[in-house]
Amino acid sequence: MSDLTAHDTPRDAGFGDFVVLLKPRVMSLVVFTAFVGLMVAPVSVHPLVAFVSILFIALGGGASGALNMWYDADIDAVMRRTKSRPVPAGRVTPGEALGLGLALSGISVMMLGLAANWFAAAFLAFTIFFYVAIYTMWLKRLTPQNIVIGGAAGAFPPMIGWAVATGGVGLEAVLMFALIFMWTPPHFWALALFMKDDYSNAGVPMLTVTHGRRATRNHVFVYTLLLAPVALALAATPIGGPVYLAAALVLNARFVLGAWRIRARDEAQAEADNYRAEKAFFRFSLSYLFLHFGALLADAALRGLGWGIW
Amino acid sequence: MAIGREHDLHRRRFGRNLGLGLVLVGFAAIIFGLTVVKVSNGGMIEGYDHQPRASLLPGTEEN
Repeated sequence: MSDLTAHDTPRDAGFGDFVVLLKPRVMSLVVFTAFVGLMVAPVSVHPLVAFVSILFIALGGGASGALNMWYDADIDAVMRRTKSRPVPAGRVTPGEALGLGLALSGISVMMLGLAANWFAAAFLAFTIFFYVAIYTMWLKRLTPQNIVIGGAAGAFPPMIGWAVATGGVGLEAVLMFALIFMWTPPHFWALALFMKDDYSNAGVPMLTVTHGRRATRNHVFVYTLLLAPVALALAATPIGGPVYLAAALVLNARFVLGAWRIRARDEAQAEADNYRAEKAFFRFSLSYLFLHFGALLADAALRGLGWGIW
Repeated sequence: MAIGREHDLHRRRFGRNLGLGLVLVGFAAIIFGLTVVKVSNGGMIEGYDHQPRASLLPGTEEN
């Protein structure tokens, strides 16, 4: 199968191919949310320790990305969105991806333990295990709730950042986790609605495949409704503030409205305008998460300047 | 007869080696920086080998 691409891409991978194995775009989300988790925590951390901690949290996230690409090469080869990834394209062998993933997992956990504390390191190790073993190997191919469960792995980084500073867990950390956890399903289901046949061809039991597109539209709306109170609850904790409250009110109103539009449409309408509402919702979901965490950071900065209101 | 080495494969390998080299230099810099921070903060360090640990010495009797 890879013979087709073997001629124009010699088998020797460049450095960039190994960087792609670490899923740099997912890593950027990990870096940002872990950074916010660390900065809003009530304990201050030496800047270099903070930098190194976030670097190795990101590397741990990258390691699980490489392990995911090692295990999922068969699925990735079928889906349009993923078939040019280094392993299915034949530039990196599965063994190299496995080796890189395992080595970086070990290095990132040990270094986080040495730089910050062993609770945060154990948390990072658990996150890698959860993403690779529980999500990728077990549930992704088994249940249409795969996105819900996989979302937990992406939701751990702000808790790890918080653990770097405090050495433990707090209500605020759990709510930051819940925010990403509840956000993931509507985000991915909107994508699945307009990526059409990709997942069914690959045999991944996405909700759109198992329960149909009508059910997926309803699910997007229900999860968005459940997400809103979680997002607003963070405003009432010590890490919330006026910026966060204002942002959460506006963003959640828009998000619920977008989800309502998706629910109110049927396939014929969506096909007619080439999934405009679904694509707009998906794009907005990215800024939704980014702006919530950005607002937490802004309130932390205000408190640092002594301008905090609560 | 010199060995010709201008092949795309060599360029890729050079890029890989250069990248790995820079990563290793960066890693060494991080370890060094962390060491400086940990030692100069110094809170958790007790001289196990070269000085008695105050916390483990038998209390001196007060008269």
